[in-house]
Parts: sequence; structure tokens; C-alpha cells
Amino acid sequence: MANKRIDEPTGTRTVGHEWDGIEELDTPLPRWWLWTFYLTIVFSIGYVIAYPAWPMIDRATAGVLGWSSRGQLAEEMSAADQARATVREQLARIPLERLPEDSDLMQQAVAGGAAAFRVNCVQCHGSGAAGSQELGYPNLNDDDWLWGGDLKAIEYTLVHGIRQADDDETRTSVMPPFAGAFDNAQLDALTDHVLSLSGKADSNTVGAQLYADNCAACHGVRGEGDRAQGAPRLNDAIWLRGSGRDQIKRQILNPRMGMMTKWEGRLDPVTIKMLSAYVHSLGGGEDFIEVAEDPEVEVDEQP
Amino acid sequence: MRAETALGRVGLWFLVMLAAMAAALGAADGGFAAHAWIIALLGFVMIWMSASRFDPMGKAQGFFSMPEGPSRYDDDVIRWGVIATMFWGLAGLLAGVFIAAQLAFPQLNFEPYFNFGRLRPLHTSAVIFAFGGNALLATSFYVVQRTSRTQLAFPGLARFVFWGYQLFIVLAATGYLLGVTQSKEYAEPEWYVDLWLTIVWVAYFIVFVGTLAKRKEPHIYVANWFYLAFIVTVAMLHIVNNLAMPVSLLGAKSYSAFAGVQDALTQWWYGHNAVGFFLTAGFLAMMYYFVPKQAERPVYSYRLSIIHFWSLIFLYIWAGPHHLHYTALPDWAQTLGMVFSIMLWMPSWGGMINGLMTLNGAWDKVRTDPIIRMMVMALAFYGMSTFEGPMLSIKSVNSLSHYTDWTIGHVHSGALGWNGLITFACVYFLVPRLWKRERMYSLRMINWHFWLATIGIVFYAASMWVAGIMQGLMWREYGPDGYLVWSFADSVSAMFPMYVMRAVGGLMYLGGALIMSYNVWMTLAGKLREEAPLRDAAYDPQADRPIVNQPSAVPAE
Repeated sequence: MANKRIDEPTGTRTVGHEWDGIEELDTPLPRWWLWTFYLTIVFSIGYVIAYPAWPMIDRATAGVLGWSSRGQLAEEMSAADQARATVREQLARIPLERLPEDSDLMQQAVAGGAAAFRVNCVQCHGSGAAGSQELGYPNLNDDDWLWGGDLKAIEYTLVHGIRQADDDETRTSVMPPFAGAFDNAQLDALTDHVLSLSGKADSNTVGAQLYADNCAACHGVRGEGDRAQGAPRLNDAIWLRGSGRDQIKRQILNPRMGMMTKWEGRLDPVTIKMLSAYVHSLGGGEDFIEVAEDPEVEVDEQP
Repeated sequence: MRAETALGRVGLWFLVMLAAMAAALGAADGGFAAHAWIIALLGFVMIWMSASRFDPMGKAQGFFSMPEGPSRYDDDVIRWGVIATMFWGLAGLLAGVFIAAQLAFPQLNFEPYFNFGRLRPLHTSAVIFAFGGNALLATSFYVVQRTSRTQLAFPGLARFVFWGYQLFIVLAATGYLLGVTQSKEYAEPEWYVDLWLTIVWVAYFIVFVGTLAKRKEPHIYVANWFYLAFIVTVAMLHIVNNLAMPVSLLGAKSYSAFAGVQDALTQWWYGHNAVGFFLTAGFLAMMYYFVPKQAERPVYSYRLSIIHFWSLIFLYIWAGPHHLHYTALPDWAQTLGMVFSIMLWMPSWGGMINGLMTLNGAWDKVRTDPIIRMMVMALAFYGMSTFEGPMLSIKSVNSLSHYTDWTIGHVHSGALGWNGLITFACVYFLVPRLWKRERMYSLRMINWHFWLATIGIVFYAASMWVAGIMQGLMWREYGPDGYLVWSFADSVSAMFPMYVMRAVGGLMYLGGALIMSYNVWMTLAGKLREEAPLRDAAYDPQADRPIVNQPSAVPAE
């Protein structure tokens, strides 16, 4: 059966077997292939000596370098922690209202807050913090604040959240639904009046009366809103859930009210401080003078 | 068929149908019920076929030219397998293009049946197990007969293997869309479908080994070593990874026998060796027969084929843990997964060397034969991805590449480049021979297919390399203050152009496969396209001589 012959184009001897016309040449292993194979084996032997590799009875060999992935992680984490330790200590010590005075520390806090924001907040508020009118997530870049926009007020919102059932100090309020309270003409008149507060429509006596009777208590006579109860300001150009007539009517008849997670217990106080600084820095941050005028917003000493 | 036999068969299928309907009515969940109804429908079709003694292949008999007597190879199943390969290939590629578009345009997710989560396993299983699996079934039955110079053993069982495997595919695919899954990558089908596949696979093993056992050749050809390694190892992987306890005998849900990191390790031992033994060993077997046949050259090195076969088989099985770098898997297992992957580099390349160097003395065919061109490109992509694999398994590289689209690019340079192209080349080889045609309908269309596929893969792989490395870098980029610079969503939106380019590449690859389907269809119809041959520029011996007896041309000045 062995029918060895010399293959003409390559000048190599065949092995002598043949299957369905296929023959095989007796070419030796390519040297570079063999030596590279040996090299990978030598490298592997070295590697398993250096690193944890062979499972024994109760534990695996540890490797002469003493490396472990958990060890490396702990090392890198502690290095990162140490690099930030002074900043975090300073942040923990400084009262929030004094933070803007230390511009270096403020900068560090804003950088840390930006990182924490990307992980924890962008899901609702968006990566540019622009929120979503469709879903009712507030834009944090403008100077319109539902519950107050100074550092302390922002921190309070972060710590206690909004309408969180498991927090007694959470920011909370309820707008009653007016479905069935008005007929169509009344609703139109009221909507006109609400739009007139920001100059988008002409007011009318019916609408003005309805507004004064039902809405002014929270939203203010001129639609200036009330941060004590998170009643949105109606006389500016910024709308949480849209300024279309249908959107306003829907909000009157069946108000949707937002919720926000309380971050106390989920994030450490320093991170919450940094987040406050970041959100404050986005463009609409307010000074504390207004806080003094607004006794409802309490300073929370122990977030 | 005699009347008693027909009656017996009707009764048998009637029982199957009744049992399936009972299972459907008593089912604990909708997915299981749907699968039971599929079986019941199958039983009904079989009753109808047996009762009327209707042979749906009757008309196809002439078309398929079934063998008569022992002097012909048994090529029935192979013809069906080739058609199934084409059909499932188109289905799988189409699903792939669609989910690629879903990633770029999430609006294309249609709940609940056509969302990404359900279509993705449909795509992977359709291309790996339906397209690749049918190609392996068909070619293995073709090659083992030719290289053993004997007919298939157990012809009835061989037909059961083919149809049983198709039933497995239908159950798996419908299951994904209905939400029936055990959530193991590439092993999503639930316990009862797994049991069915085990039966089919054991039958496959019996047919293959039976044929080898009655071979007329003294030695077993190297392609058959690879096929056998593929069949045996996949059986082992499938059984161990799918060990599970069903919640109810009438429900789809089951719980894995393993938990936690043991489950993850078993899963990736399975998952990696599905790549190793299904997509590498099995397809190397195809390469070892069809490349020398098409090139009409002897295999480059017998010794290399022995050494690289055994080293590949031995080393591959340990490499799975590299899928679990930097996870809860103990460090020692990660180390071993990495070093075995690195040692796997040369054994993998042995197959590429043996394939490419087989063309020694026939390299000119790369210019003139589009099938050879396809095989060479397949081997080139095989070499590329089997270098990339060990590289990605190195832990420091993996810390960048893990969880990114680099992995997706790597998989597809292997799947589209190696598995896809070598399968297409083998189908182009097989179709004229199986249906007794002079040649394929059009060789120029093969050339078109080659270029569409190649450029499509380049689009796909290049965009995923860029996307993956970009993701990896964005995820680990720290600013000067020591905080992460990007959010995850930033990296998602940065991917958009890459995702669109990937979908375009996939579309080109699908376009090539559509051209192929037309080409195969027309070949089966017995047509030959009139076209200029794929050769050099025409040679006219009359013109190839000096001018005599004429005045020399004068420049017009």
C-alpha cells in the first residue's frame, strides 16, 4: 500500500497513503513553528511558577511573586483612596456653606461630584443634566429650582430625596387632581390664565378667578411658585412637563409628581457634598442669602 | 409500504401526537406548551404521510438522484444537509444584521418576541448550530464515505440524525422567541430539548464511527480524526454543561446542577470548547478534505497534522477560564486558562500552515479559481483570529478588552472569515458533485460573493476593533483629579458610528450569501450561466510576431 513517490512541484517525498486522491507530503515540522511552540511552553512554565496556578489539596500554589487579583485591587484602591484622603478629610470637615470660599477644594469637590453624577444621576437627569420634559426629570442647568438651588438646599434634596416613603424628612407635597372639577370652558379659561402668567396668552376673568380660588395658594398669586412645598413657578419660560395647552391641562386634571431617590445611606456624606457642589456648579446655583429669607429650608447638619 | 406496516406507523405517530397534545394541555408554562404543540403538529404530519403512503420525497427522487446499490455513495442526507446549511445560513445572517441594526437603532426592538435579548441567541444558535452544524453534518457524511471508500453505516439512522437535528433547531429557535431559555450562552435550550439533542448526537456518533469501522482504506484520514474529536467532545460538553433538574416534567423551566462560580466555569469550559471543537476542529476537518481536493495537491505535512491535532485537542480543553478573567473565579484557574490559551497559538496555526502550504505548486489557482481564493481567505482569517484569541487571553490585554466589542469583532473575524468562508467554499465544491452538474451556475458570482464577504468582514472586524478599544479606554480613563472621565452612557453614544458600520458590513456579507443562494438555486435547476471565464487576458498567437514585408510606420511630423 505504501506508494511513496517524490512530489514534483515541491520535491518532497509523499508518505505513501492515499485517500480519495488525497496524498500527504512528508514535510518536516517548520522550525519556526516548533520553536515558537516551545517558546510558548517555556513562557507558560515560567508564568505558572510566578503566579498562582496549581490547585493542591486545600489551596492552590501562590506563585513566587505573591500576586493575587484581590491583593492588586486592594493595593490600587488604597492608593487611590490615599491620593484623595486629604481632599476627602477636608471636605468632611468643612461646612458646606463655607465650601465656595475655598476655591481649590470647591474645584476638587466639583470634579468628584461630576464622577459620582455620571454613575448615579445620569439615568434620570441625563449625561448633560438636562433632564427630560417628556418624563418630568428636571433640568439642573437652568436657574429654576423646585425645592431651592443653594448648596444646602441641594444637599438636603440629595440626602432625603423627594416623596420617599421611608424618610420622614423627605421633601413632599401633593397637588390635588382637578379632574371633574371644571367643565371644558373653565379648563380652557384656566389654561389661558396660566399661560398668561408668562405672557404666552391673554388672561380672562373666569380663568383668573379659578386660578385665585384653586391654584394661588401654592403657586402664588402671580405664579411665582413656592419652594417650601415644591410648587413650580409658573410665570417663567421654564416648564417641567411642557408648556403646550394639552400638557398643561393634563397636569391640572391629573397631576404627575416626580420622585427622587434619597441618597443618604447609599452614598457617603462626602460624596453627597461633592454632588451638591457639582449640581450647584452647573449654572443655576444660588447663593445663601436667599436661604436666609426662606426659613423653610433647614440646614441639615448631619446628613 | 404494506398496509399493516402503514397502520402500525399511523398508530405510533398517533400516540406521539396524543402524548404531545396531553403535554401541551398540561403544560406549566406557555413556552413548553408551544413546543409540545410543535411536536403534536409533527406527529400529525407523520400520520398523514404514513396513512396516505405519501412520500414527499417522491418527486424529489429524480431530482436528488438517490443511490441504488452498494456501488454508489449514500448522498441523500448530504444533499438535504447542504440545502439546510444554505437555508439556516440565510436565516442566521438575517437575524445578525437585524440585531446589529437594533444596537444602532434601539427603536427596532419589538416587544416581547423580537427584542435584542431573544433575537441574539436566535442569531448565534442559527449561525453556529444550524448553519455550521448542518455544514458539519453534510460534509462529515460526505468526507467519511469518500475517505473510507464505503457507504454510510446505518442509513436509516443517518436520516434520523438529519431530521432529528432539524427538529432540535426548530425547538431551540422557537424557544428563544417565546422566552424559553436556561440563560447559558450557546446552550440556551432547556432540558427536554437538550435531551433530544443528546439522542440525536449519539446517533450521529454511531453512524460516523460505524462508517469508519467498515472502511476499505487501511488508515483513517486526518479529516476524520478532527470530525471524531468534534463529535465526541461536543457530546461530552453538551451533557455536562446541561446537567439540570427540571422543575416539572410538564414545564420548560429547570435549574442547573451547578451554582455560582462553578456554574460559570462549567459554562465557559463548554462555551470555549464549543468554539474549539465545533468551530475549529470540525471546520479543520472540512479544510483537510476540501482544500487538497480543490487545489489537487497533496497535504503539506503529515507530521504537522499529527502534532498539531494532538496538541490542539489536548490544550484547547483547558483554555475556557480565560473567559472569566478578573471575576470571582480563583486566580489559579485564571492563570491556567491564560497559559493554556497561549500554548494553543502554534497548535492552532498548524492547521493554517497545513492548509495554506498545501497550495505549494498550485498558487496560481488563487488567481483563477474563486473557490480556492475563498479557502485561502478563510485560512488567513483563521490564522488571524487564532492569534488574536491567545493575545486577548493575556490578562493585561484582557483587562482592556473584556466586556467590550473587541470580543465581538474577534468572534466574527473567526465566524465570518473562517467558518463562513470555508463553509461557502465547501458548498461550492459539493453542489455540482452532489447534483451531477458540470460546474456551478456561475463562477463569476462566486467571485462577487468572495469580495462582498471579504469587504463585509473588514467593515465588521475593523469597526468592532475600534469600538472595543475605544470602550475599554473610555471605561478606564481617569481625569487629573482621580475620577472617571466618562459615564457608561457616554461610551454607548460614542459607539453609534461603529455600530452602523458593523451593520453595513453584515449587510454586505448577507448580500454575498444571497448571491450564493441564487447561484446554488440555478445550479440545482440545471442551468449554466454564459460568462467569460475567469482567466488571464486572451492570447492571440497570430498577433504575437514581428512585422515583416511592410514599410515601417512614419511619425506624423
